Amino acid sequence: MNDKYITIISDASVMAARQKGRELAMAVGIAGSDLTLLATAISEIARNIVQYAGQGQIEFHYVIRGSKRGLMVIARDNGPGIADIRQAMQDGFSTSRGMGLGLPGARRLMDDFDIVSEIGKGTTISMTKWEY
Amino acid sequence: MKVPILKQGDFLIASIQGALTDTDLTSLQENLVSAVRKNRSKGVVVDVTVLDVMDSFAARTLRSISLMTRLMGANLVIVGIQPDVAFAMVQLGLKLEGTMTGLDLESGIAMLKAADQKQERGHNER
Repeated sequence: MNDKYITIISDASVMAARQKGRELAMAVGIAGSDLTLLATAISEIARNIVQYAGQGQIEFHYVIRGSKRGLMVIARDNGPGIADIRQAMQDGFSTSRGMGLGLPGARRLMDDFDIVSEIGKGTTISMTKWEY
Repeated sequence: MKVPILKQGDFLIASIQGALTDTDLTSLQENLVSAVRKNRSKGVVVDVTVLDVMDSFAARTLRSISLMTRLMGANLVIVGIQPDVAFAMVQLGLKLEGTMTGLDLESGIAMLKAADQKQERGHNER
């Protein structure tokens, strides 16, 4: 299986990433509202990259667990990092002018969600949507 | 993708034709606000039927447009939010508080007409 990635540098690439994610998810059998949930989550984390890190990339990997297939989305950037992840994962917390829904919202939209961040080094978010 | 703004009587209709970037949304905001002023519009319908994603930026921008047009005396109705999109918005925690929403273009126009008549009556009774 070919893994794919999209370089995130602008709001146009945010759109490209969510469209690519939807397309690849359909190929592994993810359907219906799950596609919309996935695309929305990708949009939120891709925008975070543009807003906080300036640039980064989003990779897509096909994954299998038992009899289920899924799409894993990994967002990486070398931006400033997140000082307090617990705080950043709370609804309504934002260091910019946003609504503070991006990270906690993306976690709710996906099935699996993991975030690793180091100050001055960057942030990596791994999140997966499984077929129903 | 640029969003065309059509004039229909006292109302404007902004009919989104495809996926929008943040830049597209920001220009929709500028264009709609200036079109309301130029046309002395009493109401605006924003048709989002084709949108397959409404993320936090899109929701925030639409809400801002709604607040701005109201300050200029025009009501705004967002129509055509798809069931899957509504589901994702709720999961994400997005609200369009204070913004009128309708099922489709037809109900959006009907809501604007009803709001307009109510305001007219209010004026006459005073």
